[in-house]
Amino acid sequence: MTSQNHKTPDKVIEVTDLVTHYGTRKILDGMNFEVERGEIRVIMGGSGSGKSTLLWYILGLYKPTEGRIKVLGEDINQISFNEHLKLKQNIGVSFQSGALFSSMSVGENVAFPLREFTDLDENTIRIITRMKLEVVNLGGFHKLMPSQLSGGMIKRAALARAIVMDPKLLFFDEPSAGLDPVVASEIDDLILSLRDNMGMSMVVVTHELESAFKIADRITVLDQGKNLLTASVEEVKKSKNKRIMDLLQRRSRHDKLDPEEYLRRLTQENYTLS
Amino acid sequence: MTKLTQKVENLGQMTVQALERLGFAMRLFWDSFYWLIAGRKYKQRLRFSQVVKYIKSEGVDALPIVLMLALVVGMMLAIQLIYALEAFGAESQVLLAIAKSVTREFSPLITGIIVAGRSGAAIAARIGSQTVSQEIDALNVMGVVPVRYLVLPPLLALIISMPLLIIAADIVAIFGGALFSVTKLDMSISAYMVDSFNVLVVGDIMQGLIKSVVFGIIIVLVGATTGFYVTNGAEGVGKATTTAVVVSISFIVFADMIASFFLTK
Repeated sequence: MTSQNHKTPDKVIEVTDLVTHYGTRKILDGMNFEVERGEIRVIMGGSGSGKSTLLWYILGLYKPTEGRIKVLGEDINQISFNEHLKLKQNIGVSFQSGALFSSMSVGENVAFPLREFTDLDENTIRIITRMKLEVVNLGGFHKLMPSQLSGGMIKRAALARAIVMDPKLLFFDEPSAGLDPVVASEIDDLILSLRDNMGMSMVVVTHELESAFKIADRITVLDQGKNLLTASVEEVKKSKNKRIMDLLQRRSRHDKLDPEEYLRRLTQENYTLS
Repeated sequence: MTKLTQKVENLGQMTVQALERLGFAMRLFWDSFYWLIAGRKYKQRLRFSQVVKYIKSEGVDALPIVLMLALVVGMMLAIQLIYALEAFGAESQVLLAIAKSVTREFSPLITGIIVAGRSGAAIAARIGSQTVSQEIDALNVMGVVPVRYLVLPPLLALIISMPLLIIAADIVAIFGGALFSVTKLDMSISAYMVDSFNVLVVGDIMQGLIKSVVFGIIIVLVGATTGFYVTNGAEGVGKATTTAVVVSISFIVFADMIASFFLTK
């Protein structure tokens, strides 16, 4: 809540010419990416297209090889470590696996950022925690441990923890992956209502088409470490780009199989399993 | 030829890896104290309640087993020393030998090994599973410095509780020695205990206490480092736990030898 008084900039995220490596392998290759205030931006792309990587770098978990990343107007690789710590308090993240602290109850998990970063008294913390749990429909589940929750409940509890500090910017990694369609759709509704009621800007990484089309203001499609297209839902649906059409129609990349080549691949001798 | 090259390559890789982890552990130590001092300023407060919790789980809970083994070690020393000293007709020296060797050597070493097995393994498993389940990433993106939250509290807890464990172990081990020796020496247990404390000098006790603090630091740093380096999910956590115990006990024994050399004049 430190820089709450500062006005949120028009562009909450600006990524310019980002190049990153994993070992010697290049993952992001000249990525450009911008998110505007109040927008729900969905990042899509096949496996290995770099969508999660982009998220990790924006969150500052790793240092890029080249390029600039500005979050809420601050260049995260230029500001001091302590300024970055403060900046992080304006950012909420909901992990794919939830990443709830397994040694704490759901309530303690949600209260954790409040206890760490605010001087609020225990009563206020309890009330805020309860409020956020009600937002995600987990009002009565505060005493349960994460291991006692179902997949959908974990995602919702993680969401409650991500929004407990009223962040300006919220990140979602695969909010509906592994959930049944009804629960997935509930999570989508939650995302929409959070944006409408709290004015958060959001970045959602997903590969669920239905969910992406429902929540996105704009969609960014990544391919091989580059920003292939950023456009509205309608424009993406109409796109004639082959890679995007493949992605939308779930077409496999190797549609032609050469029997001889396949046989050679299977019997390759230097293919060891460990 | 290729096999040999590969072996050399592996050796090189392992050396680099070991050095990297050593550097990482040093960094953890430095960072822990940085956040202990600077934490308040940057809203990275150390929670006193967390330290107390660790003192209980790492210190108080280890007390029964430490005391039991200290008693046994004291008795074992008495048996061996009386047997050896009898050859010179110097059984009465057993009191001095036990008091000195227990306070300077045996109680820190035994306690170090037990705590490495309990707390070192626990720290490695805890941090390891948190690494695997992205809990460390979650702390990072929230703006909570993981070192301050996960390493500093157990580090302080062991720095506080190791010396206390050692003092308790000293007393009990000497008592264990007394149990066996009194019949041979024909003296009362209370007289034996008083005499033992009389032959001890500050340096004897201090040597044990200094060693115990060093061992405590080794246990936490090795446990945390192996935990942070976990890959490969649940299997990796299991491996890290084993590694943490083996490596920290090895370091403890080496550190013990070095400390004995420099602290014994």
